[in-house]
Amino acid sequence: MLLPESASSYSAQIDQLFWTILWITGFFFFLVQGALLVFVLKYHHKKNRKAQYIHGNTLVEVVWTVIPALILLGLTFASQKLWVEIRYPKAAPATPVQVQILAEQFAWNIRYPGPDGQFGTADDISTINQLHLPLGQPVMVNINSKDVIHSFFVPEFRVKQDAVPGLATHIWLEPTKQGHYEIRCAELCGLGHYRMKGFVTTEPPADFQKWLTETKTNE
Amino acid sequence: MSKIFSTDHKVIGIQFLISSLLLMVVGGLLAMLMRWQLGWPGTSLPWMEKIAPAGMPGGVMVPEYYNMLFTMHGSIMIFFGIIPLLVGAFGNYLIPLKVGAPDMAFPRLNMLSFWMFPVAAAIVLTGFFVEGGAAAAGWTAYPPLSGLKETLGAGQTLWAAGVVVLGFSSIFGAVNYVATIINLRAPGMHFHRLPISVWALFTTAVLTLLATPVLASALILLLLDRTLGTSFFLPAGMIVDGNALAHAGGQPLLWQHLFWFYSHPAVYIMILPAMGFVSDILPTFARKPIFGYHAIAYSAVAIGAVGFLVWAHHMFQSGMNPMLGTSFMISTMLVAVPTGIKVFSWLGTLWRGSIRLTTPMLHALGFISMFIIGGLTGIFLAATPVDMFMHDTYFVVGHLHYVLFGGSLFGAFAGITFWYPKMFGRRLNERLGKIHFWLTLFFFNIVMFPMFVLGLGGMPRRIYDYTQYAGLVHFTGLNRIMSIGAFCLMASQLIFAVNFFLSMFKGEKAGENPWQATTLEWTTSSPPPHGNFTAPVTVHCGPYEYSVPGESKDWHLQTEKGSNAHP
Repeated sequence: MLLPESASSYSAQIDQLFWTILWITGFFFFLVQGALLVFVLKYHHKKNRKAQYIHGNTLVEVVWTVIPALILLGLTFASQKLWVEIRYPKAAPATPVQVQILAEQFAWNIRYPGPDGQFGTADDISTINQLHLPLGQPVMVNINSKDVIHSFFVPEFRVKQDAVPGLATHIWLEPTKQGHYEIRCAELCGLGHYRMKGFVTTEPPADFQKWLTETKTNE
Repeated sequence: MSKIFSTDHKVIGIQFLISSLLLMVVGGLLAMLMRWQLGWPGTSLPWMEKIAPAGMPGGVMVPEYYNMLFTMHGSIMIFFGIIPLLVGAFGNYLIPLKVGAPDMAFPRLNMLSFWMFPVAAAIVLTGFFVEGGAAAAGWTAYPPLSGLKETLGAGQTLWAAGVVVLGFSSIFGAVNYVATIINLRAPGMHFHRLPISVWALFTTAVLTLLATPVLASALILLLLDRTLGTSFFLPAGMIVDGNALAHAGGQPLLWQHLFWFYSHPAVYIMILPAMGFVSDILPTFARKPIFGYHAIAYSAVAIGAVGFLVWAHHMFQSGMNPMLGTSFMISTMLVAVPTGIKVFSWLGTLWRGSIRLTTPMLHALGFISMFIIGGLTGIFLAATPVDMFMHDTYFVVGHLHYVLFGGSLFGAFAGITFWYPKMFGRRLNERLGKIHFWLTLFFFNIVMFPMFVLGLGGMPRRIYDYTQYAGLVHFTGLNRIMSIGAFCLMASQLIFAVNFFLSMFKGEKAGENPWQATTLEWTTSSPPPHGNFTAPVTVHCGPYEYSVPGESKDWHLQTEKGSNAHP
C-alpha cells in the first residue's frame, strides 16, 4: 500500500527486503518506545521511592550488543545477495537489448542501436523523454550525462542510477508489467530539476519492435 | 568591550549559543518559505515580493529561489546551527567546568574560533544579496552543478568561501577541546571519571580535527574550479546551454568522496554531543548511576572510529563501483551496534530509577524516542538494494530530520534547559518549558513523519513543484498538512524564546546546584566566576553517583570523599 506498483524483475525482491527490515525495525521501535513509556510510568518519582544503586550488568550488556549485531549481519548478507543479483545478473544475455540514456539539463536523450546493434551508426533510433522497453527481456541501460549530474529514477522499477558526466555507467533492468510510468530526476541538476520528467512505456517485444520501426521512419 | 571580545570560555560558549540560535531562526524561516511552496505550489505571497523581488516576483516563488532556500536551509542548520550550538556552545561552556579547569588551554585561539563563525555566516548569507542569488546546489554542493560559473553565480562562490572559514573555526575549537581535556583535568579526574558528555565532546573534537581539513581542501579545489578555471571536479566533454566547455580531466565523484569523508563524520559530530548531554541528564533525573558507563563511553569512541569508514554509503547509486558499495554497507550496518548499546543503556538507566519529569528530562526522553526513529530508518538506507529505491527521496529527508531535529535539536533543548541555570544564574520557567516541549514534539512529528510516506511513494527530494509528476499529485493534501504543522512548529519556538530571554531577568535564582547533580560544574556558583572555581578542585569518584546506599542525600558530588561511592 505504501509502495508504488512493482513492475520489474527485482522490484518484488527489493520490496520483500524492505518489509523484512520494516518488521525488524518495527519490533525494536515498539520495544524501545514501550520500555520508555513503561519505565517512566512505573518508576515515576514518589515520596518513598529510592532509585536503585546499579552501575550495569555485563550479561545484559553482552546480550544487547550481540543480538543486534547478528540481526544486522543477517540483513547485510540478504542485502548483498540481492545487490549482486541486481548489479551483476547471472542471466544477462551475451548480446542484450541495449539503450543509451544521455541526460542533460533538463531532458532525457534516449537512443537505441537499431538493427546493427551498434551505437553511433546511421540506423540508430533517437527520442527525447520517451523510453520504450520490451517486457520480459533484460535490458542494459547505459547512462551518461552531457552537463551536470542527474539521476535516472523509475519508482515502479525500484531503480535509480546517477548520470554523471565523464563516467559511463550501466544498470540492468527487466520490466515485468505492461504499462506507462514516469522517469523522475532524482539528483538536483539546476532550476529545471523539478520538471525533468520522462515517460516509460513497457510493451510486448513485438509491439516494442513495431514502435522502433515507426519511430525511425518518423525521424 | 571586554565582555564582547572575551577569552573566557563561558562568555564564548554563550556567544556561540545565542548566535547559533539566531541563525537557526533564519534557517527555520527559509524552511517556512519552502513549506509554503510545497503546501500551496505557485500560490502568491504578495508581501514577499518586497523582501525577495527576484526570488518571488509578484509573490510567486521561482524554481531558482526554491533551490536557494533548501541549499541555505541545510547549510545554515548544519554548519551554522547545530554544529556551533552543540560543539561551539556546549563544548566551550562545559569542558573546562566539567574537567575542573579554570579555562581552555588556548583562550585566545578560542576567541578567534568564535569570531570566525559570524564572519563565515556573513559571507555565506551575503549570497542572497548578490546578482544571481545565493548558493543553490544543495548543502552537498555536487559539482559540476556547483563548480561551473555557467550554472550558478557568485552566491555559490561565497558559500564555498564561507564554509572554508567556518571549517577553520571548527578546527581551532577542536584543538582547544582536545588539549584541554588531555592536559587540564583536575587532580583525580581520570578519564574513567569524566562525564559522558566530555567523552562525547572529546570524540567529536578528534573527528573534527581529522575530517574538517579534508572538507576545507575539497572546498578550496571547488573554489579554484569556479574562479580560476581548473578542472579538479570537472570532466572533459561537458556541454552546457549548447556550449562545449574547455574543462578536462576532472572527476565529479572525487568531490563526493571528499565531501562525505567529512560530512558523514559530521553527522556524528552533530549527534554525539547530544547523546552525551542525554547521558548526563538521564542519571540526574532518574537519581541513578548511568547503566554501563564504560559501554556508553567506548561506544561513542567506536561510533567515531567506524564513522570514518561509512562515507560512501551516500554514493551507492552514484556510479561508484557497485562492489565498493558492499564494504560501505557492512561498515554502516556495524555502526548501528554501538548506537544500539547506547539506547539500551539509557533504558537501563531509567529502569528502577526515581524519575522526575523536568523540562530537560522531557527533552532527553524526547531525544531517545525520536532519535530511535532516525536510527532505525537508517538501516533501510544502509541496505544497498532498498537504498536504490529510497536514495534521494523524501525518505532520506525524513531520516535526516529525525536524526538532526529529533536527535540533535531535542538533545540541544535538553542541554540548554539543563545548563541554563548554571549559565545565567536563574531558572527557566518549567511550565513554559513543558508547553514548548509538548508542542515541539507534536508538530515535529506532523511535519516529519509524513516524509517517510512521501519517500516510499517515490517523491524525490529538492523538488520545487512535485505536482509536475502525475504520480505525485495525490500527495497535495499530505503536503498541506505538513506545511501547517511546520508553521505551528516554528511558532512554538516563540515560547522557548520568550522563556529564554525573560528568565534571564525574572527567573527564580538558581543557586549552585539546582538539580542536585553530581558533576564539577555544580560545585561552583551560578554563573561561575572568572576562573570557574574559587578553591582547588580534587575529584574523588565517578560522575554519576546518585542514590548511594547509606548516604543521607541522594547525590554524591565528584569532589566529595566517601567510602561508599563507586571509584
